[in-house]
Amino acid sequence: MNSNTPSSSAGGPGSADLATPRRNSKRPKYSRFTQQELPACKPILTPKWVISTFLLISVVFIPIGVVSLLASRDVVEIVNQYETECIPEESRNDKVGFIQSSQDKNCSRTLRVPKDMKQPIYVYYQLDNFYQNHRRYVKSRSDQQLRNPGSENSTDACEPEEKTNSGSIVPCGLIAWSLFNDTYAFSRNNQQLAINKRGISWKSDRDHKFGKRVYPKNFQNGTLIGGGRLNTSKPLSEQEDLIVWMRTAALPTFRKLYGKIEMDLQTGDVIDVSLQNNYNTYSFNGKKKLVLSTTSWLGGKNDFIGIAYLTVGGLCFFLAMVFTLIYLIMPRQLGDPSYLSWNRNPGGHLAS
Amino acid sequence: MSGRRGRGIHFSRLYSFSCFRGSFRDEHSQIGQKGYSRVVYCNDPDNSEQLMLRYRSNYVSTTKYTAINFIPKSLFEQFRRVANIYFLVVACVSFSPLAPYTASSILWPLLVVIGATMAKEAVEDWRRRKQDVEANNRKVKVYDRNHNFQQTRWKKLRVGDLVKVYKDEYFPADLLLLSSSYEDGICYVETTNLDGETNLKVKHALDVTSSLHEDNSFQHFKAIIKCEDPNEDLYAFVGTLYYDGQQYPLSLQQLLVRDSKLRNTEFVYGVVVFTGHDTKVMQNATDPPSKRSKIERKMDKIIYVLFSLLILVSFIGSFFFGISTKKDIDDGKLKRWYLRPDAATVFYDPQRSALAAFFHFLTGLMLYGYLIPISLYVSIEVVKVLQTIFINRDQDMYYEETDKPAHARTSNLNEELGQVDTILSDKTGTLTCNSMDFVKCSIAGVAYGRGMTEVERALAKRKGDTHHDSGITSSNIQRSSGDRAGSGKSIKGFNFHDERIMNGQWVNEPHADMIQKFFRVLALCHTAIPEVNQETGEVAYEAESPDEAAFVIAARELGFEFFERTQTSISLHELDHKSGRKIDRTTVQQNVPHACGLELKNSSHIGHVSPSPENVLFLLRVRSYTLLHILEFSSARRRMSVIVKNAENQLLLLCKGADSVMFERLSEDAQDSVAITMDHIKRYSEAGLRTLVVAYRELSELEYRSWEEEFLTAQTSLNADRDALIEAAADKIERDLILLGATAVEDKLQKGVPECIEKLENAGIKIWVITGDKMETAINIGYACSLLREDMKQIVITLDSAEISDLEKKETRRLLQREGKLQLSSSEGNSIPFGLIIDGKSLTFALSKNLEDSFLDLANNCASVICCRSTPKQKALVTRLVKKGTGRTMLAIGDGANDVGMLQEADIGVGISGVEGMQAAMSSDFTIAQFRFLERLLLVHGHWCYRRISMMICYFFYKNIAFGFTLFWFEAHASFSGQPAYNDWYMSFYNVFFTSLPVIALGVFDQDVSARLCLKNPELYQEGIHNILFSWPRILGWMLNGIISSMIIFFFTTNSVLHQAFRRDGRVVDFEVLGVMMYTCAVWTVNCQMALSINYFTWIQHFFIWGSIAFWYAFLVMYGAMSPRISTTAYQVFVETCAPSPFFWLETLLVVVSALLPYLLYRSFQTEFNPMIHDVIQRRRLESPEVEAPKELSGKIGKLREEDSLLSKL
Repeated sequence: MNSNTPSSSAGGPGSADLATPRRNSKRPKYSRFTQQELPACKPILTPKWVISTFLLISVVFIPIGVVSLLASRDVVEIVNQYETECIPEESRNDKVGFIQSSQDKNCSRTLRVPKDMKQPIYVYYQLDNFYQNHRRYVKSRSDQQLRNPGSENSTDACEPEEKTNSGSIVPCGLIAWSLFNDTYAFSRNNQQLAINKRGISWKSDRDHKFGKRVYPKNFQNGTLIGGGRLNTSKPLSEQEDLIVWMRTAALPTFRKLYGKIEMDLQTGDVIDVSLQNNYNTYSFNGKKKLVLSTTSWLGGKNDFIGIAYLTVGGLCFFLAMVFTLIYLIMPRQLGDPSYLSWNRNPGGHLAS
Repeated sequence: MSGRRGRGIHFSRLYSFSCFRGSFRDEHSQIGQKGYSRVVYCNDPDNSEQLMLRYRSNYVSTTKYTAINFIPKSLFEQFRRVANIYFLVVACVSFSPLAPYTASSILWPLLVVIGATMAKEAVEDWRRRKQDVEANNRKVKVYDRNHNFQQTRWKKLRVGDLVKVYKDEYFPADLLLLSSSYEDGICYVETTNLDGETNLKVKHALDVTSSLHEDNSFQHFKAIIKCEDPNEDLYAFVGTLYYDGQQYPLSLQQLLVRDSKLRNTEFVYGVVVFTGHDTKVMQNATDPPSKRSKIERKMDKIIYVLFSLLILVSFIGSFFFGISTKKDIDDGKLKRWYLRPDAATVFYDPQRSALAAFFHFLTGLMLYGYLIPISLYVSIEVVKVLQTIFINRDQDMYYEETDKPAHARTSNLNEELGQVDTILSDKTGTLTCNSMDFVKCSIAGVAYGRGMTEVERALAKRKGDTHHDSGITSSNIQRSSGDRAGSGKSIKGFNFHDERIMNGQWVNEPHADMIQKFFRVLALCHTAIPEVNQETGEVAYEAESPDEAAFVIAARELGFEFFERTQTSISLHELDHKSGRKIDRTTVQQNVPHACGLELKNSSHIGHVSPSPENVLFLLRVRSYTLLHILEFSSARRRMSVIVKNAENQLLLLCKGADSVMFERLSEDAQDSVAITMDHIKRYSEAGLRTLVVAYRELSELEYRSWEEEFLTAQTSLNADRDALIEAAADKIERDLILLGATAVEDKLQKGVPECIEKLENAGIKIWVITGDKMETAINIGYACSLLREDMKQIVITLDSAEISDLEKKETRRLLQREGKLQLSSSEGNSIPFGLIIDGKSLTFALSKNLEDSFLDLANNCASVICCRSTPKQKALVTRLVKKGTGRTMLAIGDGANDVGMLQEADIGVGISGVEGMQAAMSSDFTIAQFRFLERLLLVHGHWCYRRISMMICYFFYKNIAFGFTLFWFEAHASFSGQPAYNDWYMSFYNVFFTSLPVIALGVFDQDVSARLCLKNPELYQEGIHNILFSWPRILGWMLNGIISSMIIFFFTTNSVLHQAFRRDGRVVDFEVLGVMMYTCAVWTVNCQMALSINYFTWIQHFFIWGSIAFWYAFLVMYGAMSPRISTTAYQVFVETCAPSPFFWLETLLVVVSALLPYLLYRSFQTEFNPMIHDVIQRRRLESPEVEAPKELSGKIGKLREEDSLLSKL
């Protein structure tokens, strides 16, 4: 075990005989790269490193958790589930029948403002059990047609909503066809609250994905009527409800922006909602919710991220403490071989 | 030129066995029939009939591909891999509506991967082509129509061309030797490139053509050769020469094979018989058996595991998809009306939900294809090639003396180097230098030679430190010899010191005549060829083996200088001891007419033999001996003899051979010094020396004549048992010998061998030595290189050759079983290491079917095993037995042609590119110049490569599972409809751009500890032997980690964005944004996981890891900036949507840190409570950088190994 045995380890990098290379020698040229001696840092998990890593994580995470949680708590959110209440008592046995009938679908709801809400207040509708991410559904659209007035016939992917007897449907496909069509109108103290529906969609969508000169055509003219209808005089780039709807949701429960109320609401305000319950979620047992929410710098109300930060931070703090204790109480002998893994289970093939 | 001519005499007597000039043999009758149909019109290449035969040109191509077949052939090679076929099928199916994503996004990565591999093939092939071009454009002189010899390129040679090849040139094709610069038409050929033998071989032209030795004698030369078709047998050639209306038989003696070299002959004339790919050497070119490493084979199994996982996951998906699809229409009512189940294609049709589920299953196979890493194979190839560059470029494995660096001839086995369990080593030339030094001799019962061998020194050292002085003295002797070498000249192969017989003093010894005869035998009984340096008059020798050279050199140094060999005579410069005065009489034999060319050497030459003034009396004279027969050495005969006639017309049989055969042949009458010589021989072999017995016999004219007749009959016999007849004839004359003495030649251990072996043993590697040497020699070499130690219990299994085989069998069995039991019983109490020594004869029985298990058992429980007296075949058999029997990784190391079988049989063959030619090196997987480099090759490169490759593969599976399973979780939330969570191009680039380079950097550069520490802590190597880094628990652990990561990525992301706004402007997360969020987390997680798990951060790692992450963002920006026609849903997604949202960044941080926590936690606990050995060493390095390895550690591991072996027996 003598370290200077004349073994192959002798003659370190750039040893003296390097100075006199033989002519045409096949001696490999020295470079730190080929000799695998590049300068490197070699981090290893010493107890100190472990403890300080965990401490660092907890020190960073706990404040973030607190701040996020506070941000989420600042947000005021009013959620109103209405899919059952907005069906007359007598029709509740056959909700699908009701919604498919041509009866009056008007329904009024009352919301109470629990806390001051600063403008803008965002109005969302929330659907449940609606698979906008279903592969058939996601693919059933024609971006080309939406963008380009000349390609209204490129409806390959839109089947079965690609055309009617009178020609191609614009916008074609299942997504557009199933456009959400409940409507809401808000009033406070019998005073109408204006809903601003401009700017609820992404600017890039309006500018580049939905054509300014593409107008709806043959929409909802088929045998089966899906969801909402479109104003044929407005180009698609201005049909923001459609644009929002066509940004498909990632998960079966989702909210979409309906509009903005650009007015502050005070605690205790009572808001009357007059809604048209048109959209059929009853076939697939989907819930419908109306949501009014303010936002913070972190977005809407969801405690998850704050709690998660706190949990992870707390866990790391706990682990740091545990490791510190272990380190203090029973510091391990340096290089103690009894810890070597195969001392416990010598070689896989020996398991008997 | 003309001066040289005439030295060889025109003499059609037999030169030796191999010079057999036959009459027509059986095979000749087959000429013209099937297999023997080649016709060559000599010196008439434009002959119309010749042209009709359309023989191949001499253009040689060793490339695997041509420009035309490259694409189809290499594609075919590529798709022999299961994984690649899978991807091809997926790519094809992806054009159908089944595909979850666009076809091009899966096609491109496949093309890149396949293209990269093909490019590698192309580059390798290009290199081969360059070599071909070089060979094809070499120049040779060809006889043209204008009757001149004209320079031409090799590739332009045609069958029938007449060529002239000069000294030290290679033969451009297989040639028929017509004549040479020697009058008798012989020439010397070096065949190192073919069979690795460095000795010169003599080729012999036919008498009828050997007179054509002028350029202008070919003006009217026309002949026809009919011979065998091209074949790969290097040792046979049958043909007939039709010349001047006569037929002459042709044999291998007339064939000059391509790629061998003309030596010691000024020039030869020859006719091209086989060209290009028809030549023997090209016919012989076969690919070596391709070996795959254990890791790669295991990787295939993992791929199968992943395939099953893929099928399982797809099945689960399609099952639930089938159910949900079926439920879409209930009692004629549409449930999920927005999917229009009433107007669905077959893929979504609720009426045919089973079929839809089946199609969905196919979709799932494509979607979860990420579980099978497409780029794994190509990454591994790249990594391995780079690793071999490191091996080839390692300065510490470069051997200055022979100017040879280490060379990895294949890149397949790098990681296998880190898992070697048993090394099978040849002895001669591998452990030893294979440069034989004549050190001792015993003549007429007196032992001469005062040097001390390395083995003796080792023995003395073992006996106690009191003998330490002797070690010093011996080194002093060494030094003094060095001084002598410094002042005069160093004599290679001669390390003999004894003032009694050196410098001519032997004349004063009591047995001076015996001494004279002894050295005459050494000077005459050999097949060496002298090369006289014309300027200095010094003689060097080309000998078949280093032993032989050592004898001739010893004879020269003691005053019997062999300086010339013709076909029929051997000439020496001899000291004349009787007269003590100058003899200027030149002894010329009547039957040696050419001897007129000889002259006495000038005085300066005499001076170098006898430098001291008092020796002036002893002067040289030339003695020539007529060489009548050489009875050549063979491994069966184990002896060689020459029959010569000396100046006094005495007929002498001079013989040297192994003691076992020679003592049987001694004359009954002359037993004087037999016993004492035997004793000397025993002592020599104990000192690790190779011994030969030297004897002679005087023959009467009568006896010789009658024997010669018999011998010639035997030689010219046509029967199949001709060889047996010759042997019997030889046997007849080689008896009643008179013992002269014995020689002892030392084969020095290579530098650093004992240290290296000790290191390797500390690393837990078992070393077996398999040698052809005598048991005593082998045991002593074993001691010298610390394979055997004093504290070991030796188990010797040997059989006396005299016994009957049945008895032997029983004996071996009894021995094996008894020893096995013994071992069992003794191992309970203590842990004495055992050393097993077994000889070739016992090995034959031990390797038989019914005994091999008990042999293997016994051998496995021994710390070292030495097999002596074993044949090349036994070497290969032992290798196979151990490989099959234990299933562990075998490494064979050897240097000679006799090791080839062993090298090819073993998991890894390491060739020593040493003295014994290239045969072993050519068939090996790695070549190194010295045995001691094995230490670095295994402990450093092997360990690193094993670690790198296994980590790399584990990590690869991790990253693909971590990614692939996010798809599955998402799909579970998308009604199992097979919708991928990410944009098509994100998915395609995952393996190609965002995660591949860091893995490659890991595979190429990672080091757990530095090379110095690897060597200092050989126990680190056990990680490879026990395969700890690539065990199933570890692989499955990584996979589990991948699944956990994917769950954390998916569920943390979805829960934190559940449905609320994620920006101040109230926008909610949609499908595209969720994809970007998850993908970002995945890229960060797998790259940071890499950063966590590697031990070695150079700027390259930093660059690749952080670069990959940065590139993902850059890609998002660039891709998002393209027109929505190309970027589709990804349009502006990062710049407009994600980047301005603090939530996006916070979520990334949360998910990444959380996803890394499980691994960090596991590693923290592991290093604290159950550290791996590299953790211990790293920690030790950190805390006390220069601390020596504690003794207990290695001691404990050694103990462990024994327990280990005991356990395995139970």
